[in-house]
Amino acid sequence: MATNKNRRERPATTNRILAYLLHHLQSLHFSLGKIYRAPTTTIMTVAVIGITLSLPGGFYLFLKNIDAISGDFRSSSQISLFLDLDLSNKQARALEQDVANMTDVLSTVFISRQQALEEFRQGSGFGKSIDTLSSNPLPHTIIVEPRPEADTFAVRNLLNGLQAMPEVKIAKLDTEWLERLYTILEIARRSVAIITILFACAVLLIIGNTIRLDIQNRSQEIIVTKLIGATDAFIRRPFLYGGVWYGLFGGIASWLIVEIGYLAISGPLNRLNLLYQADLTFVTFSLQDFIVLLSFSTLLGLAGSWIAVARHLSQIEPG
Amino acid sequence: MIEFHNVTKRFEGGYEALKNVSMQLDDGEMAFLTGHSGAGKSTLLKIIACIEKPTRGQALLNRINLNTVARSRVPYIRRNIGIIFQDHQLLFDRTVFDNVSLPLIIQGYRPQEIAKRTRAALDKVGLLHKEKSMPITLSGGEQQRLGIARAVVHKPMLLLADEPTGNLDSVLSREIMQIFVDFNQVGVTVLVASHDLGLIEELDKPRMTLNGGQLILNDLDRGMPEILHGYE
Repeated sequence: MATNKNRRERPATTNRILAYLLHHLQSLHFSLGKIYRAPTTTIMTVAVIGITLSLPGGFYLFLKNIDAISGDFRSSSQISLFLDLDLSNKQARALEQDVANMTDVLSTVFISRQQALEEFRQGSGFGKSIDTLSSNPLPHTIIVEPRPEADTFAVRNLLNGLQAMPEVKIAKLDTEWLERLYTILEIARRSVAIITILFACAVLLIIGNTIRLDIQNRSQEIIVTKLIGATDAFIRRPFLYGGVWYGLFGGIASWLIVEIGYLAISGPLNRLNLLYQADLTFVTFSLQDFIVLLSFSTLLGLAGSWIAVARHLSQIEPG
Repeated sequence: MIEFHNVTKRFEGGYEALKNVSMQLDDGEMAFLTGHSGAGKSTLLKIIACIEKPTRGQALLNRINLNTVARSRVPYIRRNIGIIFQDHQLLFDRTVFDNVSLPLIIQGYRPQEIAKRTRAALDKVGLLHKEKSMPITLSGGEQQRLGIARAVVHKPMLLLADEPTGNLDSVLSREIMQIFVDFNQVGVTVLVASHDLGLIEELDKPRMTLNGGQLILNDLDRGMPEILHGYE
């Protein structure tokens, strides 16, 4: 019968692969067209996703700047060595040389007992009372500047090494406040991670719900396409692409929101910088951050629509 | 092409839409399915189109057992069938052309092939000049012809029509039925459910009549053997 001939005319395998790719393109284009034709719904969904993602995005940027600033501080960490009172000037000088030659040490400054007393006399205003002392209570001091490339761990090692020297009475790292800052930063970093996870879940739900409504609105169309032989994958595709678009545009929206926010506060931020005479540089999203943000939001869009499609598409059957 | 062996369909709540129906429609045949509404015509068509499954008995399409067919195979079975609905089931947000080309897109035809076949199908039902129109602007008869064009565009082996002339006047109905006869003449198997007895008389095709779910008249009764074994 005639149908045998018809069957032979059906597309060959290579054509089927081409057609498969073509349908992907068509779905992509179709879902984009749908967004274009329903701008209000789309803009609202994209705005909600953008606002939701801009919160973790903004926090991330805040942390990134704090990190950069605290990195500046790290290079200024110093170790003060207070030497044994019995040490002579010459012995102390020799020790300074030894310390200066250590790896991880950039430079040293020697303050002799006499120098220290002199500075104290002038600086403290206790000149008279100091004169009454029978001996100088201040020790020789060496200020050690670690190399800037030395990390917290290396500096901590250096400190322990110096403390272990018999001539050194007290070795003191002036960065305890910095460590506290780092701990606070770690707390902030983890908080941002938690916020990111929560808001990512929110975006999943938003996109899932939007796609669910879309599926419900088009249930008639889904039934018709199923009746004329569409596979589940074929029906799924435009909805998945819809989710991808929502995620991508939502990511771009959140990026815009954060950038505008940054612009809005950058004026007073730079003024503050000038007032403190702190030469701090503020950073915004790098290209890498931008790509990560968009990939993340797009992936969320795909996942959200996948959940919605998996849950609701199989419920729509002709009957 | 189609074989029913003692098919019973019972819906939830106990209502039996089909009772022990046995029938056979061979390749290239055309038949009418008649009976008052509620007699089980639609249920019978739905079983062939894999929309419903028999509760008892065996339904075969091209020797494929429809009782046990996997869900994932259903789309490929439906691609051999063209289904025409009383309410057309058109997509009103797409043009006439896009409605008709949908089965070809689903089956992965190339764009040139899609355009060629779609226009050929539209030409066959006399709607070629309306390819860019939206379905809502078409008359009832034109919408039904559009539904037919979509059902035949991929050259299915079997055409199923459920009350295709339900809402049309007699002139349009005759026109629609003639299209089915034409398809049957080029080898397509056709099964039309209709209660338009006057029109059916005119066309002189075999008839199967359902009443209360039972097949009470079958012009194609060939003394069917009992359930054939050896099919899957």
